[in-house]
Amino acid sequence: MTRKHLLGIQDLAREEILEILDTAESLQEVSTRPIKKVPTLRGKTIINLFFEASTRTRTSFEIAGKRLSADVVNVSASTSSVSKGETLIDTAKTLDAMAADCVVIRHSSSGAPNTLARLTKASIINAGDGAHEHPTQALLDAFTIRVRKGRLDNLKVAVIGDVAHSRVARSNVHLLTKFGTHVWLCATPTLMPPGMQQIVCENRQFVHTTNSMEEAVEGADVVMMLRVQFERMNESFFPSIREYFRYFGLTRRRVEQAKPDVIIMHPGPMNRGVEIATDVADGPYSVILDQVAAGVAVRMSILYLLLGG
Amino acid sequence: MPLKLNYQLMKAEELHHTLDHMAEEILKANDGRPLVLLGIQRRGVPMARRMAMRMAAKTQREPQIGTLDINLYRDDLTRVAFQPVVRRTDVPPNIDDRDVVLVDDVLYTGRTIRAALDALCDFGRMRTIQLAVLIDRGHRELPIEANFTGKRITTKDNEVVEVKLTEIDGEDAIYVMEKT
Repeated sequence: MTRKHLLGIQDLAREEILEILDTAESLQEVSTRPIKKVPTLRGKTIINLFFEASTRTRTSFEIAGKRLSADVVNVSASTSSVSKGETLIDTAKTLDAMAADCVVIRHSSSGAPNTLARLTKASIINAGDGAHEHPTQALLDAFTIRVRKGRLDNLKVAVIGDVAHSRVARSNVHLLTKFGTHVWLCATPTLMPPGMQQIVCENRQFVHTTNSMEEAVEGADVVMMLRVQFERMNESFFPSIREYFRYFGLTRRRVEQAKPDVIIMHPGPMNRGVEIATDVADGPYSVILDQVAAGVAVRMSILYLLLGG
Repeated sequence: MPLKLNYQLMKAEELHHTLDHMAEEILKANDGRPLVLLGIQRRGVPMARRMAMRMAAKTQREPQIGTLDINLYRDDLTRVAFQPVVRRTDVPPNIDDRDVVLVDDVLYTGRTIRAALDALCDFGRMRTIQLAVLIDRGHRELPIEANFTGKRITTKDNEVVEVKLTEIDGEDAIYVMEKT
């Protein structure tokens, strides 16, 4: 791979996506060894710069870096100079002066990773920026789908829930439509921004929106549930959690409308009883923990492709 | 860099014969002990598979086979211009105390084998690690020698030995090319 940063899925070519997934497939094996470590990135410094709460993404990046023998440093906003009023730009320059090779950044503002990429010498990986993109999540979702379905084209993927606040939904729309898979976005009218087709430049015919969960799930190969992001809601988007669950919660009865070999995905963390019923989350169609395992392999692949060689 | 054909070193028949002969040598040297053949990606992989078949035909006992990709262990990752493609590693579990034969097509500087030895250390402590190569072309940069060699040849620095195997290249042959 010739690129230096991973800022989003939008500007990735299909070939680059496949290169990341193929390399991840090879690297999966490292995590099954008695000694789960290879020396590939020895001497490289990776800084996890997280301005928003995260357990799985941060841990996953940390494990991925350590399995490749990189030195991984975690900085979280609440314990850093950011809480003393330092700007993102000054933080970035400071980290640069310490000769970091890679900065993995999560930020509540869309475009923060792009700003960082312009200002530092390090490789920048976007670990989620505002409601813009979360490229590594979409890549690990694609990895999981490809393992289960054997392909990424010609599928029906339903993405259901808080589309408005979801960078996961946007990155997945970019990725899956590049391969000619139909993405059905489904949300309450209050959580469905207008013009979701317009976020992709080409392949708009593969993006569909609906307020009906039945329509989205009908015959779906993949059902991807999104977390209701209460922390980003300062007004009321729906009357009550009970009502939300009744119309947009994934229950066993709704799963039966999808294809018999449907897989159920969720980027986590889950709100059980809000967007997904517990028996579905823990049920036979759920690949939610496969997604977590894929996350480590995909992030190892990205680190190798950006920093190795 | 464009390559020009210098001469053909082996045709299919000689290549088959050489592989069979190597398989038998390995059997003889290991005196009936069960073996693990590990092919180094890429052309070591079909080589290991073919030699395992030959051994199975001879002894009615099939050795275990596996594959090893050494790119994660390279000492020149930050120096090579291209980015090596990482292919699958599939080492059989519990190879502690086993006799392992590394299989590769061409032995040159010895750096691939150095990386392979490092990789194997991460899988346990084998009883022995042996090396079988189809062609030894000299120019070693590290103190590494093969236990089993198909053919030893002298080459110039600007030459490239290209082993072709049907499984990957659609033909069985060995060519010596020259960088122009």
